[in-house]
Amino acid sequence: MRDIFVQAMSYSSKQIITLVKKDILLETRQQYTFYGVLLYVASTVFIIYLSTGQPENEIWNALFWIVQLFVAVNAVAKSFLQDSKGRMLYYYTISGALNYILAKLIFNAVLMLLMSLLTLLIFVLLLGNPLVHFFQFLLIGFLGSVGLSFVFTFLAAIAAKAQQQAALMAIMGFPVIVPQLLLLGKISNKAFSDAIQTGWWQMVLLLFCFDILIILLSIILFPFLWRD
Amino acid sequence: MLKNWWWKILSFVLLIYTCTYGFLVKIPVLDGRMQQTVRNLFFHVPMWFCMQTLFIVSVIYAIRFLANPKPVYDTYSLEFARTGLVFGILGLITGAIWANYQWGKPWSGDPKQNGAAIALLIYLAYFVLRGSVTDEAKRARLSAVYNIFAFAMLFPTIWILPRLTESLHPGGQGSQGNPGLNPNDTTPEMEGVFLPAIIGWILLGVWIATLRIRLQNYKEKILSRA
Repeated sequence: MRDIFVQAMSYSSKQIITLVKKDILLETRQQYTFYGVLLYVASTVFIIYLSTGQPENEIWNALFWIVQLFVAVNAVAKSFLQDSKGRMLYYYTISGALNYILAKLIFNAVLMLLMSLLTLLIFVLLLGNPLVHFFQFLLIGFLGSVGLSFVFTFLAAIAAKAQQQAALMAIMGFPVIVPQLLLLGKISNKAFSDAIQTGWWQMVLLLFCFDILIILLSIILFPFLWRD
Repeated sequence: MLKNWWWKILSFVLLIYTCTYGFLVKIPVLDGRMQQTVRNLFFHVPMWFCMQTLFIVSVIYAIRFLANPKPVYDTYSLEFARTGLVFGILGLITGAIWANYQWGKPWSGDPKQNGAAIALLIYLAYFVLRGSVTDEAKRARLSAVYNIFAFAMLFPTIWILPRLTESLHPGGQGSQGNPGLNPNDTTPEMEGVFLPAIIGWILLGVWIATLRIRLQNYKEKILSRA
């Protein structure tokens, strides 16, 4: 019994790795998402730079998370929209819903990690570096971008099944993401000064719980979306 | 017969009691703050209890729909969400009136006001999603999935986040109990109105939702005959 379980696990992890590899391969061949979003970030930050110069700490923080939100919408939206109906059917026959959504979650998380790093670099380059604890902010940025990518991956899966896809994703996603963005804004304030914030770890823990909750919900709910 | 509608009579009686005795009951002085506006406790707070109850029922029917896709469950889920949304809007309005007298302006960006506004936006998005899908079976499935997802995203924050932040609302600093109420300010007489008010308003919400469900079912029957 245990052997069968282990075998099934290794089989499904192989499938997930293959699916992630496929997404990475598509991305490196086309390089559409990556450069598209990169250009998007650079021009957004440049507009901010032109209109406000180097903003104060709080504005810097708020702008960072807003840019991050739009990056997530743009980068993740493509993940389900690029697969045509016929190709989805093909994945359906060779793999399961669970492996497919896990592969998408992993790929989008990796993509968003890269994007958040680049966003941070462009921010520091153009808008100055008000951060006292740079690496702390980087880690919070990673945590936040993973959370954003998870939420929008799942919403993209819903939107892909409805008609008006990209617009619908924004409509569904923005209210849902607000609590997490509020938390992230509060947590990342800590990286701007040496001041001690009460309940900081509580909020970080809450964010972690959110990420785990989203993964669990995706695993449970995605098979219902997949069925057609 | 009485078996099915005793709770409707109960709701009516409780709300009559709330709307009359609620204005007569002796209220504490509370060193001059609150004054008579504290009577809004019987109207503003039960709206949120009712909204929360109706959204929970809605998400339960969404889960039941996914487990066993009967179209009736989708109607239940939809109508409970719709009625919950109405009670949420009423909660915001009664709160804004109260805040206008108590805090000086109807909207002051308080964490709980913001949380309530986010909740309403999420459920409005639920209706947008429903509107964007034309195929009925698919619409029911997608909206059930979104309903569950949004519920799981929203309510942890509504129940946890206000306890972590400063707020104009009473109570709720740290782990000090309920985030919306200050138990030290309510007297036993007031609670004698408050609890019946909660039950009365919740029953009214359920009543409205069931009426809408019946209406939807009749409409579908007529459409299927035509």
